[in-house]
This record gives sequence, C-alpha cells and structure tokens, in this order.
Amino acid sequence: MELFKLFIKSAFIENMIFTFFLGMCSYLAVSKTVKTAVGLGAAVIFVLVVTVPVNYLLETLVLKEGALSWMGEEYATIDLSFLSFILFIAVIASIVQLVEMSVEKFSPSLYGALGIFLPLIAVNCAILGAALFMQQKQFNNVGEATIYSLGSGLGWCIAIVLLAAIREKIKYSHISAPLRGVGIAFVLTSLMGLAFLGFLGFEL
Amino acid sequence: MSETKSEPLFSKKNKELITSPLNKTNPVTIQILGICSALAVTVQMDNALVMGFAVMAVTALGNVVISAMRNLIPSRIRIIVQLVVAAFLVICVDQILKAYVYDVSKQLSVFVGLIITNCILMGRFEAFALGNKPWPSFLDGIGNGLGYSMILVIVALFKEVIGSGTITLPGIGKLSIIPESVYQFGYENNGLMLLPPSSLVIVAMIIWFQRAKNPDLIEA
Repeated sequence: MELFKLFIKSAFIENMIFTFFLGMCSYLAVSKTVKTAVGLGAAVIFVLVVTVPVNYLLETLVLKEGALSWMGEEYATIDLSFLSFILFIAVIASIVQLVEMSVEKFSPSLYGALGIFLPLIAVNCAILGAALFMQQKQFNNVGEATIYSLGSGLGWCIAIVLLAAIREKIKYSHISAPLRGVGIAFVLTSLMGLAFLGFLGFEL
Repeated sequence: MSETKSEPLFSKKNKELITSPLNKTNPVTIQILGICSALAVTVQMDNALVMGFAVMAVTALGNVVISAMRNLIPSRIRIIVQLVVAAFLVICVDQILKAYVYDVSKQLSVFVGLIITNCILMGRFEAFALGNKPWPSFLDGIGNGLGYSMILVIVALFKEVIGSGTITLPGIGKLSIIPESVYQFGYENNGLMLLPPSSLVIVAMIIWFQRAKNPDLIEA
C-alpha cells in the first residue's frame, strides 16, 4: 500500500512537468505529434526505471556519509556526496549508451521506435532530476526507488502525450500569429498545470 | 591566445556575440532551451539572480574549456566529455554556493545540479565552442548566460511583486514594494502567481511581446 501511494504521488501530485518543470526542453520540442510523443515518453520511462535504482545503489553503498562502512571501520566517516553530480551523470550517460546498443542488437523493431530518442535522453533534465530527488527523499530500499522512478516516468509520459494530442487538435485553430507554436504550448502547459494542481489536495 | 591578435578584443563581431542572445537569439524565448530551471527558481528575485549568475559562470567557463580542447576531443565521445566538463564546473559552483549563500542554495535544491543537463549549456558547447576560439566562446557563454538571466529576472519580478508584494535581493533581504496603504484599500497579494503554472504564462507573454515586435521570428 505504501508503494502504491508513492506511485500515485510521484505520477500525479509531484508530476515532473507540471510541478517541477523537468525535461521541458524535449517536452516542448517533441510534442508536435502523438506518435513521437508516445515514443519519447516510453523511452523516458524505460531509462528512468533502469537508471534510478542503479543510482540509488551507488548513493547508499558509495556516496552517502558513512556509506562506505561496509569496507571497514576506518572508512565509516567518509562523505563523498559532493561527487554525486558527476557520478550520477556518468552512470546515466553510460547506461543510455548501453541500453541503446543492446536494444539495437536484440530488438531492432523497438530500436526503430525508440532509436532516435535514446541519445537525446542522456541530457534530459527529468532523468538527472529524478536521480537528485531520489537522493533528497532518502528512500528505504531499492523497491521504493524503482516505484518512484516508474511513477515519475509515467507522469512525464502522460504529460507529453496530452500536450501532443492538444497540439494536434489546435493545428488549424486561429491563433494570434506571435503566439503560434511555442507560445501557445506554454499557455497550454500552464492550463494543464492548473488542472494538475487539483491533485495537491489528495490525502494519501 | 595569439590568434585573437588579428582582431581587437571587442570587435563588432564579438560585441554581437554578447548582445544578440539578449534579443534575437535569446536562449529561453527563441531557442526554447533551459526552460526547466528558468521556470522553477523564479519565486524569489534572489534565487533568480543567483541561478542566472551560476548558469552564466558555468556556460562561459565551460565554453572556454571545450573550445580550448576542441581539436583534441574525438567527435564520437564528445557528449561524454562535455558532460564531464559541465559536471566538474557545476560541482565547483555548488560548493561555492553552499559556502557563501547557503540559504539560497538550499532553496535552489536540485536545480543547481540540473545545470549539468541545462540545454543551454550543451547547446552552446555543441553549436559554438566546438567550432570557435576560446575568447569568442567565452563571450558567447557570457551573452547566453545574460540572455537566460534576463528572462529569469523578468519572470521573478512579475511573480514576486504580484505574488507576495516584495522583492528579495541577495545581501539586502526582503523589500516591500507595494505600500501598506494599498493593502488598506483592500488589495491582496495574488497567491496564484507563486504557483508553478503562472511562470509559464509569463514566459508565454514575453514570447508574445518579443515576436510581435520582431515579426520575422513568428513560426509558420
């Protein structure tokens, strides 16, 4: 039950896009058609679910203050948390590379669908953001971290698919010329964000 | 840098590098890069200023480093190299912020770390630093950092003045902008402006205004 609450909370109440604006660049750039939006959304979920647990293990076994105590008494006071940015981003970049290569090898059809998006994802703020939030929230075990990553990935995917659907609909609407394209996408995101604020009142 | 001797340090072309990101090639409103942090850290003016300064420092220094190494980096692994340079600089900035402005760094929380994946940074590394000499790259970094900070400051100005009636400056603290007598007439701060969605509307307004002034920027 706790895990379910965490899942709902990370997907809707603390939605990556509407409350933290993470991954906005690709969110705005790739939301022109629903098909590509679904592809990118799926790739983000996939990479989040793989990288966040790995980074969680890295955090608890290496980086956190006292995390090195399994190596012996004299290591118990070492605090390496200042290294977390560089290690997290290194883990993310290399996992994305690995995932890309293995998907290409074992599932060419999936590679065709996700292919062009995978390299983009290494520099998507949502991925590093989730790792840093994971560090801040101090989860108890790997399971919680995985559920958290699944929830926030799903929230991101829902957001981009919704925006893409609306943008397809309004393609032929009469919008004031200077607002066309990105401008109206900002306004739409803001309105959707207001709607998502309704989840804030949820008691979980 | 001996190459730069052939042209003066602040030639017309180099000045352009600083001024054009403020308007026609603004990283936030025109190139739509670096939105994430631009929207999230603008509830208070001091956060916006510190964040803008941090991004400017990282972009300028990172541009110099990448540009100095541009002939040594194999193009296949350049993304990783860029990320490492960015991460190194961001760690430095983070430690400095923690040491000198701890409160602000606490409020910025993960967004300092997210400078690493700030699209402006990677965009400038890819598009400019890899093909230009260090000094122009430095100016380009400063220019884009300024363009980013400018948007942050504008958004923060609207959000903080309308949302809580104050302006918070680093080192000075909260200043009340709206006089007490206005409140006695029944004016109230608009709490909606402090919530995340309002910054999107403000950026949309900036885009609207800017494109209405420069019709050639309008999307087809």
